[in-house]
Amino acid sequence: MLPGLVDLHVHLREPGFEYKDTIQTGTAAAVAGGFTSVCCMPNTSPVNDNQSITEFILEQARLAGNAHVFPVGAITKGSEGKELAEIGELRHAGCVAISDDGQPVMNSLIMRRAMEYALAFDLPVIDHCEDLHLSEGGCMNEGLVSTQLGLPGIPSAAEDVMVARNLALAELTTARLHLAHLSTAGSVRMVRAAKSRGIRVTAEVCPHHFSLTEEAVRGFNTHAKMNPPLRTWQDVQAIKEGLRDGTIDVIATDHAPHAVQDKQQQFAAAPNGIVGLETALPLTLALVEEGFLSLEAAVAKLTTEPARAFGLSKGSLAPGADADVVMVDPEAQWEVDPARFRSKSRNTPFAGWKVKGRVITTIVAGRVVHDAA
Amino acid sequence: MSLKRKDLVSIASLTLDEITLILDTADSFKEVSGREIKKVPALRGKTVVNLFFEPSTRTRTSFELAAKRLSADVINFSPSSSSVVKGETLLDTARNIEAMQADIIVLRHPDAGAAETLANGVKSSVINAGDGWHEHPTQALLDLFTMREKKLNFKGLRVAIVGDIAHSRVARSNIFGLSKLGAEIRAVGPPTMIPVHLDRLGVRVYYDLDEALRGVDVIMMLRLQLERQGRALFPSIREYSRLYGLTAERVRLAEAGALVMHPGPVNRGVEMAPEVADSFSSVILDQVANGVAVRMGILYLLSGAN
Repeated sequence: MLPGLVDLHVHLREPGFEYKDTIQTGTAAAVAGGFTSVCCMPNTSPVNDNQSITEFILEQARLAGNAHVFPVGAITKGSEGKELAEIGELRHAGCVAISDDGQPVMNSLIMRRAMEYALAFDLPVIDHCEDLHLSEGGCMNEGLVSTQLGLPGIPSAAEDVMVARNLALAELTTARLHLAHLSTAGSVRMVRAAKSRGIRVTAEVCPHHFSLTEEAVRGFNTHAKMNPPLRTWQDVQAIKEGLRDGTIDVIATDHAPHAVQDKQQQFAAAPNGIVGLETALPLTLALVEEGFLSLEAAVAKLTTEPARAFGLSKGSLAPGADADVVMVDPEAQWEVDPARFRSKSRNTPFAGWKVKGRVITTIVAGRVVHDAA
Repeated sequence: MSLKRKDLVSIASLTLDEITLILDTADSFKEVSGREIKKVPALRGKTVVNLFFEPSTRTRTSFELAAKRLSADVINFSPSSSSVVKGETLLDTARNIEAMQADIIVLRHPDAGAAETLANGVKSSVINAGDGWHEHPTQALLDLFTMREKKLNFKGLRVAIVGDIAHSRVARSNIFGLSKLGAEIRAVGPPTMIPVHLDRLGVRVYYDLDEALRGVDVIMMLRLQLERQGRALFPSIREYSRLYGLTAERVRLAEAGALVMHPGPVNRGVEMAPEVADSFSSVILDQVANGVAVRMGILYLLSGAN
């Protein structure tokens, strides 16, 4: 029996992209994967940059009745990186953090102001660290495989320079900085150094970034296309080391559903991202099996640590806590079959993987919302 | 012997035996183009569709001639940008063509991997006529054919490939092919045009053209994509030409009798001085002639006509 899992990074696609997933299907996938709380990114259409969108998301989540949904608001209006969104109002409406997600704030002055302004509400500022000039046109890691396949590469430095910038701004502003889906050894190194110097920063990684490398792209497999891209074996090792020593606080999915027709294209044309809610737990438990993490530490990175990063009163089984509980059979082996996903989308590179650790029952606020028994 | 594969999407996926088979088959077709009546009935009743998503004159014409000399019916299909705007995917376009009973689809596409994606999605044979920066296998095969014709032996053959390696499908396909055949490959260009980890593919990287040309048997020049100017890859055509342009003096640094190759079209005075392009060393027009024979060989081997 575990506390319900908490995912700081999902894309529920509603409003705007309901053919990929809806708040109903996305949260059904969440509870099937053991997640009782999810934080949804603002890159919907329209962007979640105002109170009415936030309220709509919360209302749809209430109607769906699956997991708790905590919206993440935009940093700038329309996520265009120009003017600050009405962050106070977003906070008031229920947003738990702000992010411009896949359209990262390139202008360092705007980012500085956003961090300062967010201090007034003690809101975490999330950045998807990517220098859009360095990554321009890229669709996989820049490395041996991109050289062989002739695919435009995204160098590690595209992430590293923005991690460095954000850490400098966090030090300047004392804001709460949360770094999304880190993928490079350089990022892990810099976050480790920043934490040792007392900068307020939390960091997340995704299961695919510690389970796969750029090799998965061979054959132009669009299910291995995501942003940040799959990196090298050395990066994977650095991420695992960062998880072990506490540099990386949180494991989040970056659940990014895309319909079959979206991914069934030539590699460059296919969108970034994979679904992750229904595979995250066994992929994380594999780190326990490998001896990289204790079971307690692995569970903490899916429960108490994400809750702490965003100040959510979740992820705990302490007396008085919300009755969000997940029953897991840690020894159960199963094969990943995308046809059985609750998400509307099937875009996973893990199809056919034999994994260990299965969610049996998920309870949200005292109510059984998923039962595989 | 026959080619036991449906498609030709890359040199990287070919075995040494398959490369040799294609070159040998091309050899037997080369003679056809010299006849009074340049036609054999090998592909009579077969349909070849040239599906070109990028402008191309020489590659398309070469495939068209090759197919016609084998008596195939040929359709040229160049989807306009409007059909892309209409949202039809590559696979849908190709399935429409397949529904009209195309036996072989020759694809040129701006995205790397497009040919492989297409090959996995249709029953017709697919020939990659260039996909993004990835591969241009028929170009490499005609280059290898030309080298073999002039130099006979690949073992230890020293080949310098000069120019924008990073963005060149011609360079990639030649590197994969030459390394399978045992040649020594040198890549030359400014560091901005050398892809990462190229050395791990068995290629020696040079930034200095004079140094790289010493003792080589083949100089393969790449076309400078002039539209890349302004993308910080090189400061000016003037400086590029001074540092990496092939002049008659530079040709003299290579082995006596070294071949000068270029996939065309040549930017005269940019990557190659006009007197070099027109010199006795230049085999640029042999490459073009051999292109038809090589493509005849590939069409023949993939058509199952043998």
